[in-house]
Amino acid sequence: MREAAARLTFRDPLIELVHGAGGKATRRLIEGLFLPLLENPTLAALADAATIPLDGLRLALTTDAFVVRPLRFPGGSIGELAVNGTINDLAVSGAHPLGLLAAFIVEAGLPSDVLRAETEALARAAQQAGIVVLGGDTKVVEHGKADGLYIVTTGIGLVDARAELGPERVRPGDRILITGPIGDHGITVLLARGELDLEADLVSDTRPLTPFVAALLDAAGPGLRWMRDPTRGGVATALNELAREAGVAVLLVEEALPVRDAVRGACELLGLDPLYVANEGQLLAVVDPSVAEAALAALRRVPGGELAACIGEVRTEPAGVVTVTTAYGGQRVIDMLVGDPLPRIC
Amino acid sequence: MRYVDELRDPRLIRSVAAEIARLADPDRHYRIMEVCGGHTHAIYRHGLTELLPPNIELVHGPGCPVCVLPMGRIDDGLAIADQPGVIFTAFGDMMRVPGRNGTPLEHQARGADVRMVYSPLDALKLAQANPEKHVVFFAIGFETTAPSTALTLQRAKALGVRNFSVFCNHVLIVPAIRAILDSPDMRLDGFIGPGHVSTVIGCRPYLFVARDYGKPLVVSGFEPLDILQSILMILRQLAEGRAEVENQYRRVVPWDGNPAALRAMAAVFELRPYFEWRGLGFISQSALKIAPAYAEWDAEARFAVPGIRVTDPKAAQCGEVLKGVLKPPQCKLFGRECTPEHPIGALMVSSEGACAAYYHYVHRLATAGRSDRCARQQPV
Repeated sequence: MREAAARLTFRDPLIELVHGAGGKATRRLIEGLFLPLLENPTLAALADAATIPLDGLRLALTTDAFVVRPLRFPGGSIGELAVNGTINDLAVSGAHPLGLLAAFIVEAGLPSDVLRAETEALARAAQQAGIVVLGGDTKVVEHGKADGLYIVTTGIGLVDARAELGPERVRPGDRILITGPIGDHGITVLLARGELDLEADLVSDTRPLTPFVAALLDAAGPGLRWMRDPTRGGVATALNELAREAGVAVLLVEEALPVRDAVRGACELLGLDPLYVANEGQLLAVVDPSVAEAALAALRRVPGGELAACIGEVRTEPAGVVTVTTAYGGQRVIDMLVGDPLPRIC
Repeated sequence: MRYVDELRDPRLIRSVAAEIARLADPDRHYRIMEVCGGHTHAIYRHGLTELLPPNIELVHGPGCPVCVLPMGRIDDGLAIADQPGVIFTAFGDMMRVPGRNGTPLEHQARGADVRMVYSPLDALKLAQANPEKHVVFFAIGFETTAPSTALTLQRAKALGVRNFSVFCNHVLIVPAIRAILDSPDMRLDGFIGPGHVSTVIGCRPYLFVARDYGKPLVVSGFEPLDILQSILMILRQLAEGRAEVENQYRRVVPWDGNPAALRAMAAVFELRPYFEWRGLGFISQSALKIAPAYAEWDAEARFAVPGIRVTDPKAAQCGEVLKGVLKPPQCKLFGRECTPEHPIGALMVSSEGACAAYYHYVHRLATAGRSDRCARQQPV
């Protein structure tokens, strides 16, 4: 059932911001430029983390760069994101995080107190997640070059023996679960930039997803098919990737999507769709229908998972397409993000 | 969420849809134009066409400010953006609209200082924060956005901010509706009238549509229930042989509009003798220019604007789509050469553009060749 994805070629003459937005242009860049030049079977899976078999164990390896502006926002900061973002890429690959490497790209002129505060935030987040920073690197670049501070983290983990995940395991009839309300992080950061004169009682959802993954593995076992943390590009992009890679249809129910009123309101005002807004502490999971109820109950028992929901279902047709049905029977396609009107947020 | 959920109430929506189906004469084909791109977007986003009987056809109108701007004006604006010392600001909608030598975003990637703003006042603030630069605001839009440009210019003058100017491309809705009505290939039965524009100009300017052309026009809000109710009001007029201007969007639109906004526009702008519209050609007295009292803040007066005229790519049928003569997928380039990623015409870029709305919400379903039945079942 898996469709061979058409080979993309990258012909754009210049790299623009949209190539980093996580949508179609990013996909073109990755699959049309990076993938052909670096080709190998592990990379070709384009998973959140690479899995390397080793003496009967499976190591998971992932890396992520953090370029958020502003550095601090309600509910978090770049130091915290740099830990949680990378841990979450390991977690959704079914791996227990073992350790992190962190590289700091610092702009000359950054107050040392800011660097100290972000390193403290990073240390706190690592401690909360029960891992340590094993090594790192520091570079200082000219003033005006790096929005103060960029952080790159690399994570290593051990894949849980029970985890057999991948788009090829997804079947029609499977249910789609999410751990909580969508869009909090993206809208929080957008408002924190102060360019919109909008205020909302909203904080970023940045958090480690490891407790949710543990709950899902316990409750669903082999019925857990696929996981992804819908960061840049949001739930819409993650599910479009699933539909394409698995060659299935994804059908969402609009009423079932958990979205806070503050996020809905901001999205209505700004003409955004919460499905495309970034999250930093949510997890999408596809589970077998026979364990869906138990898996959802397990997610809701995790502190912070009270608003977890079943938001849709996997179907056969139309293959490769994500659609959402409205309460009154209307229907629309949720395509991949084309252009990103939002500034950098993760 | 208040003021939104009530207007998306499934029970009410189904009952209005049923009333529409009851009232529609099965022997008649109805062509109703939604003038405004915001309505086009809402119709596709909420899947409203699926709720209408097949003999009610919604025709997309020209009310998308980005779409009606001819490519030459975009090139003119980008010629200003490429000048040294200029910070060029525009709404997000404009950033991916192609000129002859690329979009504002591509000019930005090549080094032009192009920035997205959410309000012209933000552009003015940028000018105050960067006194060594000259900040230009690329003003587009119908009467919806013209008052905010006018207020910004009044504030710039009052504060004496001299490193700020506006490249004015504001256009007027009434001449566009008249051009549509005068177009020989249009056979329309009625209009879903603009909502946001009417908050400024009110409902009176549309009276000629009913009086001179005998067509009903209902000023409409943007939620699913608003649009369906407006269609029902048009059908009732047609069934009763009436042609009137009615206001469905009374919770927002006063019959006489917003006098303060109209005063600000009158103080700052004057009519251009004529202006070129994409698809509709030159229309007399259809656009605004900055009045002489504000010439110091008029980018067209400050910069040598090349005044480029560019004909649209021959194969692209943006004009026909803008006038409602063709549906988006009937254009030869739709979904092939022209996609949201590589748009040839602005209708494929703006969220209010009929082509983008159709492409995002409908096209992929149509091309996936699926059966409607399976996807309409409720999954959980």
